Amino acid sequence: MLHTLAVLVENHPGVLIRVAGLFTRRGYNIDSLTVCQTEDPELSRMTIVVAGDDQVIEQVRNQLSKLVVVHSVTDLTEESVVDRELALVRIQVSSETRSEVFQTVDVFRGRVVDMGRNDITVELTGTIKKLDAFVHAIQPYGLLELVRTGKIAILRSET
Amino acid sequence: MGEETTGLKGATVLLNALQQEGVDVIFGYPGGVVLPLYDALVDSPIRHVLARHEQGVVYAADGYARVSGKVGVCLATSGPGATNLVTGIANAYSDSIPLVVLTGQVPTTLLGSDSFQEADIIGITMPITKHSYLVKDARELPRIVKEAFYLASTGRPGPVLIDIPKDVLAQENVEPFVAEMKLKGYKVFGRGNNGKIEEVAKALSESRKPVLYAGGGVVTANAEGILRHLSDKTNLPVVTTLMGLGSLPAGHPNLLGMVGMHGTVTANYAVDDCDLLIAVGVRFDDRVTSGMGHRFATKAKVIHIDIDPVEISKVVKTHIRIVGDAREILEEVLDSLPGFTVPQLSDWWSQLRAWQNEHTLGYDMDRLTPQMVIKCLGELAGGEAIITTDVGQHQMWAAQYYPTAHPRNYATSCGLGAMGYGLPAAVGAQIARTDDKVFLITGDGSLQMSIQELGTIAQNKLPIKIILLNNGVLGMVRQWQKMFYSERYSQILLQGNPDFVKVAEAYGIRGIHVDSTEQVRSAITEAINHPGPVLLDFAISPEEAVLPLVPPGNVITEMIVR
Ligand SMILES: Cc1ncc(C[n+]2csc(CCOP(=O)(O)OP(=O)(O)O)c2C)c(N)n1
Repeated sequence: MLHTLAVLVENHPGVLIRVAGLFTRRGYNIDSLTVCQTEDPELSRMTIVVAGDDQVIEQVRNQLSKLVVVHSVTDLTEESVVDRELALVRIQVSSETRSEVFQTVDVFRGRVVDMGRNDITVELTGTIKKLDAFVHAIQPYGLLELVRTGKIAILRSET
Repeated sequence: MGEETTGLKGATVLLNALQQEGVDVIFGYPGGVVLPLYDALVDSPIRHVLARHEQGVVYAADGYARVSGKVGVCLATSGPGATNLVTGIANAYSDSIPLVVLTGQVPTTLLGSDSFQEADIIGITMPITKHSYLVKDARELPRIVKEAFYLASTGRPGPVLIDIPKDVLAQENVEPFVAEMKLKGYKVFGRGNNGKIEEVAKALSESRKPVLYAGGGVVTANAEGILRHLSDKTNLPVVTTLMGLGSLPAGHPNLLGMVGMHGTVTANYAVDDCDLLIAVGVRFDDRVTSGMGHRFATKAKVIHIDIDPVEISKVVKTHIRIVGDAREILEEVLDSLPGFTVPQLSDWWSQLRAWQNEHTLGYDMDRLTPQMVIKCLGELAGGEAIITTDVGQHQMWAAQYYPTAHPRNYATSCGLGAMGYGLPAAVGAQIARTDDKVFLITGDGSLQMSIQELGTIAQNKLPIKIILLNNGVLGMVRQWQKMFYSERYSQILLQGNPDFVKVAEAYGIRGIHVDSTEQVRSAITEAINHPGPVLLDFAISPEEAVLPLVPPGNVITEMIVR
């Protein structure tokens, strides 16, 4: 099962490798990892998506918490969260497919951010599922290049 | 010019910060980039012990830390000096030994340029340090040193590395920043939670076949006294790991011995059969569980007390987990006991005694055996002496036959199993505890991995006694080839061994050959009475085996006993 961990870490050099090193050491695969400074310039926040059963995830959490540079580890998997991923997708277009491609982009609320003679680049944000669905839908037209940021997530406010 | 400034050199700031932490001795080896530090050492009251190899430097600091309970400090230059420390750092990390490791680094202007004697020691040691620092400004040294000592010695202890570029050591007119720690992400656990403590007391009072399983965490927490109280009060049988030797003094009636691959039959049977396993400061190492956590203590409710939450349920499923300091928690358990009935263990004890009577550790008396040598050493030196060992058969014989009275009297490389540890560790131990007797028990393979440290012993006039169990082979490897590889011996013969007595004498150290049983007692007596260092070279047969032995792939009750 995929787990999403929110990890608050100190914002200085070498922190990322300390965190990543934990995963290599035990042979755990990181599904995605995003990191950037937070509202507090001394802290960065990592969103790490990792696969594993409960025991693996508990080890990962405990090992992460043990690092001196890690301030907190929260498992967001069971929580109610808002989560997003950003993708940039370059798609092949021809005069025959152009309108269908544009329609598909529209349906997924993508934005065309660059246009060439035979291809377009689309920006798309959404849940992982939505991005996967878009990629799937666009595949038949010719998917030339795809970059995705990996997931970021934040707790929903309590209502 | 600059006469009025109050600022100091970076190197002096560093030495002052070390003094603030109570450091009086550093084990080190000089080199180009640490010259400013060696210059400042000339004016410092801190003693510097020069080893003969950086691996010796870090093992000495490790031995010092194990027997004193203080943080060991070692120092090496950049590049090859720093990389020579790596095995020793890994060793301290494996056994949770508090070290502060200082390495010199090339000047900040050259960092990352593959310059002369540059090595990314922080990158190299990241998986084997608790934490590490690259110092960019000498003004930060007081804070970093303070944090490093705190990190090394609290929680689960371990090595902390501080990498210091040459220009930082040479930095002039340093006005240090205030030495305030900034460790927001670091948590240390102390006392347990009341509910959990009661659960432990209840489980204990309800159990019929409990076993207490003591490891290195008992040593770290100085919990041996309270552990003994608890065992005395409830008649609880105790087994220990190699790291936990001495947690209950040898000869205590409740001690069943070491558990695991070379444990006693009774200890292994007891763990297998118990209905309650109270594990304190252990990590269920595969040398104990045979790598079969799922078949270890299967009939027992498992209580795990450890300062490091990562260890709990890592290998064996735990029913009651308590994260915290072993001493505080055992104290709490003891305090809460009066509310519960003391368990009735007479049936359990008669079973345990029956096993003990059936399976005593034994050896031949008619030839010179390693067991006999160690037994005799135990009688003559007593459990109050400090033992360090290397790795191999001699290490296991020492663990089985030497009557260790206190946990801090036994220094050996457990988790990493690093040959070459013993001699430099003895140096550190003797320097930490000047008035105590220090014995190294070693093999001819291991000794040759650190033999140059005889020079350190000679230079510092350390009265260490070396018990060399000389079988002319890599004994432990030979034993495995004999038992598990159909006697196809491969690369275990140490032909070309020197005459170790002559080697010792070349360093000005007394050497004595022993090749008959009659000489054993008199030679050890002579060594003990000699005021300086002595090497005793015992000629033993390569055929001697360490038994019992749990073969790989077996559960711990499936032992080869003879
Ligand atoms: C640095 C290192 N290299 C290799 C080994 C593997 N090893 C374990 S025991 C052993 C043989 C030790 O021989 P010796 O020191 O003569 O002791 P004995 O077993 O004969 O008592 C070896 C090679 C090790 N533990 N450490």
